[in-house]
Amino acid sequence: MAEVTPLAGGTALLEETPARPRRMQTRRRRRLNLFRYVVFVAFGLFFVLPIYAMVRFSLQGVKPGEYSLKAWRQIASSPDLVGAIEITLELAIITCVVVLLLLVPTMIWVRLRVQWISRTVEFLCLLPLTIPAIVLVVGLAPVYRTIRQHAGLSALQLFWAYAILALPYAYRALAAGLDAIDIKTLSEAARSLGANWLTVMWRIIAPNIRQALLNATLLTGALVLGEFTIASLLLYTNLQVELYNISRATLNAGVLFATSAAALIFTFVLLLILSFAGRRRRGRG
Amino acid sequence: MTSSVTEAHSAPARAGVEVRLQGLHRRYGSVVALDGLDLTVAPGELVALLGPSGCGKTTTLRLLAGLEDADGGRITVAGRDVTHLPASKRDMGMVFQAYSLFPHMTVSENVAFGLRLRHAGKADRDRRAREMLELVGLSEQADRYAHQISGGQQQRVALARALAIEPQVLLLDEPLSALDAKVRALLRDQIRRIQLEVGITTLFVTHDQEEALAIADRVGVMREGHIEQLGPPTEVYSRPATSFVAEFVGLTNRLAGQVRGAEVTVRGCALPLVEHDVADGQVVALVRPEAVTVASQASEDSGPLVGTVIATTFLGATSRITVDLGDTTILAQLSTADAAKLPAGSRVTLKIRPDPVLVSVDSPAVTEA
Repeated sequence: MAEVTPLAGGTALLEETPARPRRMQTRRRRRLNLFRYVVFVAFGLFFVLPIYAMVRFSLQGVKPGEYSLKAWRQIASSPDLVGAIEITLELAIITCVVVLLLLVPTMIWVRLRVQWISRTVEFLCLLPLTIPAIVLVVGLAPVYRTIRQHAGLSALQLFWAYAILALPYAYRALAAGLDAIDIKTLSEAARSLGANWLTVMWRIIAPNIRQALLNATLLTGALVLGEFTIASLLLYTNLQVELYNISRATLNAGVLFATSAAALIFTFVLLLILSFAGRRRRGRG
Repeated sequence: MTSSVTEAHSAPARAGVEVRLQGLHRRYGSVVALDGLDLTVAPGELVALLGPSGCGKTTTLRLLAGLEDADGGRITVAGRDVTHLPASKRDMGMVFQAYSLFPHMTVSENVAFGLRLRHAGKADRDRRAREMLELVGLSEQADRYAHQISGGQQQRVALARALAIEPQVLLLDEPLSALDAKVRALLRDQIRRIQLEVGITTLFVTHDQEEALAIADRVGVMREGHIEQLGPPTEVYSRPATSFVAEFVGLTNRLAGQVRGAEVTVRGCALPLVEHDVADGQVVALVRPEAVTVASQASEDSGPLVGTVIATTFLGATSRITVDLGDTTILAQLSTADAAKLPAGSRVTLKIRPDPVLVSVDSPAVTEA
């Protein structure tokens, strides 16, 4: 590459002119940084203050200024809580698997072969976002009555409803990942090298949308872990319903706050683990 | 690109196979992409399909690769009917226009991917990947990822990946179109050298006529889903079979003329006709710029081929001058030394070499690229 050599006469000019813009850039950068900190602190307070208040109330003792873990111990002593956690975790896993198995091949197929129905598929997947959970329950109740008659009472049956609820979030996360790569060229290149469709999806497309898969899993998992309305109205017991039951069964108001905080922390920790696992794998790749 | 292909002696030379496309049809809704296309590629031959956008050249390649299904017709490779075989079973290597390296794999893993699908052992895969990377001069990039190498290098890796599986046929779908001019020219030569060395039957699709003429054993000029002319580059350029080929390949002066018998008279010059079945009357003659030369300079005369130089285009060893003849402009190709003597505004008298010319009956007379 040719080297650019400034003319001798122009050297002074070249040296002097950038000084002012550089000062302006520094000032602008400082202002931008300040703005970032202000926004970060404001939003941080907005999210942290209610959680802090919740945890504080959960630790509040009988007398003012007295703190204890009594409310938290009361949750842990509930015999049905462990079962509810198990059920909810299983539900989260099943729902994630179902949603990914349903969406990933469908979305890839639509993008590669039937592009003309992509808008319809997107509309159908985003539809649950516009339907309130209570309305869904009205429609799902007769279906679940039939399921109960034939497949028993297990709360795991909720995964059907949760898969529908999770569709919009998982769809958007996967769509972002698929849009970021040229799946048509990659899949055609793989096929020309001898790969069948399963190999194309598993060994070519999936590794390249790993972040999108992780995001879809995170969102689906978060939705299942925090879901209360449908489980409660369909008379199933999951973690949220159990926490609600615990809080109602005691006269200690601190238990109410402790259960809410516990649910929140439980979800946070799980999501952090998932997110951390994804980051570690990405680092290795 | 420092390494030459001749150094890469490790690639096994093998005899190519014959590829035969018979009566291929393909429609997209109401649009006819291929209209009964016939093409036979001889073993080890490199055929370039050249044509304007939408002429069906990429569709031909995709049908041959099995990436799309033909509506009609037959494809045979080495005598075996592969028309209904899926892409994964056709044994063809393909290099795409878009960068197609798998982003999550290293260069070496990309090259070895096809071998892995064929259950080759790790040692064999590594050895073959090394050989192929050596062939394209990228041994040192083996552990890099696609985003860590340049576009030209990515296309060379794609070529190595396509060749690693020892395919029967190599398909190149405008592999150079995303590269800058210098890299394109270098890679073009490298592809040709590798193709000759490996001896693989190759179909190369491009819209760049210079590329097609430079690289191919034979060039097929396509138009509206069929091949208008198929022949060696020199024949396609100097003896175009139709006016479309004449106009599409190279620059052409479109000059009004009068057909009488086996000749057409263009601005006072009698030129023989390529096609002898043209009816007498007014036509547009298609004259190559290199058939137009300068007879004399600083002419004060007037005449049908006397005009004023209005522009000069430097092309390296040659230059092209544009001469205003009053009622039309004409292109002439001269040596750069001769063209340098004719600055804009020079008056010149031109003459047209009596090469056989094609004529067009219905289109207006202008100079076209």
